[in-house]
Amino acid sequence: MSGLAADARRLLARAVNLRLLQVVAEPVLAFVFALIVGGIGIALFSAYVPGHAAFDVGLPIAAYGSLISGFASPNGITSTLVYATPLVLAGLGVAIGFRGGLFNIGGRGQFLIGTVGAMAVVTWIGKDAGPWITIPLALLVGASLGGFAGFIPGFLKATSGAHEVVTTIMLNYVLLFVMAWAVIGPLALPGAPQPITADVSTRNGDLPIILGRDGHLGLLIALAAVPIMWFLLFRTTIGFEIRAAGANPDAARYGGMKTRRLIVLTMTLAGFMCGLAGATTLLGVVHEMTPGYDTTIGFDAITVALLGRSNPIGVALAALLLGAMRAGAQTMQIQAGVPPELVDALQAIILLFLVVNVLRRLMARRKRRPGKGEPAAAAAVPVAGVGIE
Amino acid sequence: MTQDASATQPPALEMRGITKRYPGVVANDHIDLDVRRGEIHALLGENGAGKTTLMNVLYGLARPDEGRILLDGEPVEIAGPSDAIARGISMVHQHFMLIPVLSVAENVILGSETMSNRVFVDRAEASRRIGALAKSFGFALDPDAKVATLSVGQQQRVEILKALYRDARILVLDEPTAVLTPQETEEIFTLLRRLAADGRSIIFISHKLYEVLDIADRITVIRRGKVIGERRPRETTEKELAELMVGREVELTVDRGISHPGEPMLRVEGLRVADYRRHEAVSGATFEIRAGEILGVAGVAGNGQDELIEAIIGLRRSAGGHVILDGRDVTGFSPRRMNEAGTGYVPGDRHRFGLILAFPLYDNLVLTSYYRPPFAHWIVRDDKAILDSARAQVDRFDIRTPGVNVITSTLSGGNQQKVIVAREFDRSLKLLVLDQPTRGLDVGSIEFIHRQIIAKRDAGTAVLLVSAELDEVMEMSDRIAVMYRGRMVAEMDGRTADKSEVGLYMATGGREPATTEEGATP
Repeated sequence: MSGLAADARRLLARAVNLRLLQVVAEPVLAFVFALIVGGIGIALFSAYVPGHAAFDVGLPIAAYGSLISGFASPNGITSTLVYATPLVLAGLGVAIGFRGGLFNIGGRGQFLIGTVGAMAVVTWIGKDAGPWITIPLALLVGASLGGFAGFIPGFLKATSGAHEVVTTIMLNYVLLFVMAWAVIGPLALPGAPQPITADVSTRNGDLPIILGRDGHLGLLIALAAVPIMWFLLFRTTIGFEIRAAGANPDAARYGGMKTRRLIVLTMTLAGFMCGLAGATTLLGVVHEMTPGYDTTIGFDAITVALLGRSNPIGVALAALLLGAMRAGAQTMQIQAGVPPELVDALQAIILLFLVVNVLRRLMARRKRRPGKGEPAAAAAVPVAGVGIE
Repeated sequence: MTQDASATQPPALEMRGITKRYPGVVANDHIDLDVRRGEIHALLGENGAGKTTLMNVLYGLARPDEGRILLDGEPVEIAGPSDAIARGISMVHQHFMLIPVLSVAENVILGSETMSNRVFVDRAEASRRIGALAKSFGFALDPDAKVATLSVGQQQRVEILKALYRDARILVLDEPTAVLTPQETEEIFTLLRRLAADGRSIIFISHKLYEVLDIADRITVIRRGKVIGERRPRETTEKELAELMVGREVELTVDRGISHPGEPMLRVEGLRVADYRRHEAVSGATFEIRAGEILGVAGVAGNGQDELIEAIIGLRRSAGGHVILDGRDVTGFSPRRMNEAGTGYVPGDRHRFGLILAFPLYDNLVLTSYYRPPFAHWIVRDDKAILDSARAQVDRFDIRTPGVNVITSTLSGGNQQKVIVAREFDRSLKLLVLDQPTRGLDVGSIEFIHRQIIAKRDAGTAVLLVSAELDEVMEMSDRIAVMYRGRMVAEMDGRTADKSEVGLYMATGGREPATTEEGATP
């Protein structure tokens, strides 16, 4: 009798572990599928690469081989980490949104306004204040401006129900032009022939290099952000509230949580992380801005968060993967003659596969929970269920 | 068609050796079922016993792994619901599939419209035919009335009319009486008997034993995917059927013992609450519950019970009136403050309000207390305290689970409800608000939860029990109040209350001028 019970228990425990395996399996499969589809694409167009016949099956293998060799070198590893840094930070920003049932598409704007905030601090106080004050303050102001850019759609959603997908996309454009205005206006370097900001390294604003040729201090910030975010989400009451409100807002309200306030908090935190990504990138990598400055990090972060299952550790791994692909892209072009844009294509295909899965899961959720009573109260964000595992 | 149901004629429906496996479970294990022409055949079983799967097989929604279906002795393959309908099989679901803004006639003809020409539906003709059809089965139904204006019982008749309009020979009714008043139930039974007399076969799915005994010609009991037995009502009892269903001896009614009510614990005075459309759903509800007393609120669903509960518990703002708990005005308290004031709440929709299904068991056990010691210090959760308490509650409340970190959605409905009960009952309470605490649960879980409620009452808690299941209210309550159109229209002693009297109040709000506060009934 007790033996039977133990057997049943073990079997069920295995089923639970199997779930964990499935959680990992989906992103891994998405990545593998993307490689296959990308490989087919390369083979189809191999005639356009000098020295290759049409439909050369060897070319994809050569391309992926050089992609790997591109990041599997000391320099390659450093640049993988550098590429991964903003992806980790912004990826965490999108992931916490997903956990809270919110789809933050405003990463682009939050990143850019974070850049502006950091640039402003460096421009205005950098010369006098010295690096010990300038850098932390620049990062903090940048991240906070990003947080404010997240607060706005959060506040709008909490007070009027305006959907954050719409408001964050609209804010992206607003903030893009705010940035361009700032670069042309208050932050412009006086006397420059074209509108451009100062180089942060001339004003005590550049992050120190801690690894290899270009491995800046931002690496450590990203490294620290992962466990902090993990702790916040899974070991604090605030994280529990965010996750509860994301998984089932009605039950969260019933449990005494203030769900509207949580929406604002989650969006603010999401914006804060994306703003920090922008500030770090400015001080660590790009160093200066022109009015045409822009980023794809906001959208790449969505891929990262989905691929990482909105789990901070998963986000870090996904960011490293995409970072490695970016780092290897140049080598791939030089050695195999395949354009580096392939990496963008692969990333898009990964996203496509992930979204298909997401849709499937979403439909399963719909079926499980037929709407009852107040339709709007369920706050059913279309992609709210993403990555909640 | 003749009404001849002699033994020589093949049964209207035969299901032979139906087996349907799902990963890890055999939902139907070689089930045999035959239904004769003109017979009302009851299918009895607990949740998850395989009734629904069997009916899905019959309706073409699921393909059996083994087994055959014969209609009038002819083997058939049922490809899907439309095929089933074409073969004269119709289903009336527990949740009505009606479009409220359309008229009765429009709902009935939906999908098989009578066309006056290629483009336009011939409404007048449809309306006339449906009126005639209803009359021929002896019930009155205005074919031009909007479905939204009909009572639940009338809506059900529309569903049945839909089946008859498609000339259903075999009618499956899935828990048809779950939402009806006793009077409405009696009416639907009359109709079913009439349909059977007309030569149609009826499969009646229910877990209300006395109803099955009342209406069925034959009863087939299913347990864990197998046919356990077949009985005729004359040859069996409720007790035997329950034991067949559950597989062990059960107590059908918990002895609620004698209550020793103390001081008034909850007083609700003239409470007014608007629903989400801003219509007044609760219009001046006034009642009182004493410590150690169960007040059962009966009423047809949608008479303001949800809004009343949500206003008391703090999920919904009240528009007027007072809620007084143990002498303290708690009107407008948030759910958390109500919780801290000593209120437990078991919500009616446990998947929507009571649980976060995607979360592990231990998180759900602290859903209302996660923020306070011992479960959290400042903002840091104390996992050890959470897990220890979860393990203890799993033991104490007999939650059948392989561990406390199992995802809650994988538990059975009964165990999920026990999670809520464990969370809400496991401390000293002044008030316990229960919204259909045993809806959809198996007999064993119902028995367990009822015992827990009695124990809570005997410990001096005031219990507010709201249920659309009149049986539960009758069985559990020390006092019974009837809610009708947002008011308490009647109050009676739980021991002496008469079921049909309660049913009458539920249906009409009480016709006597003495008890009717306004001429609400049309």
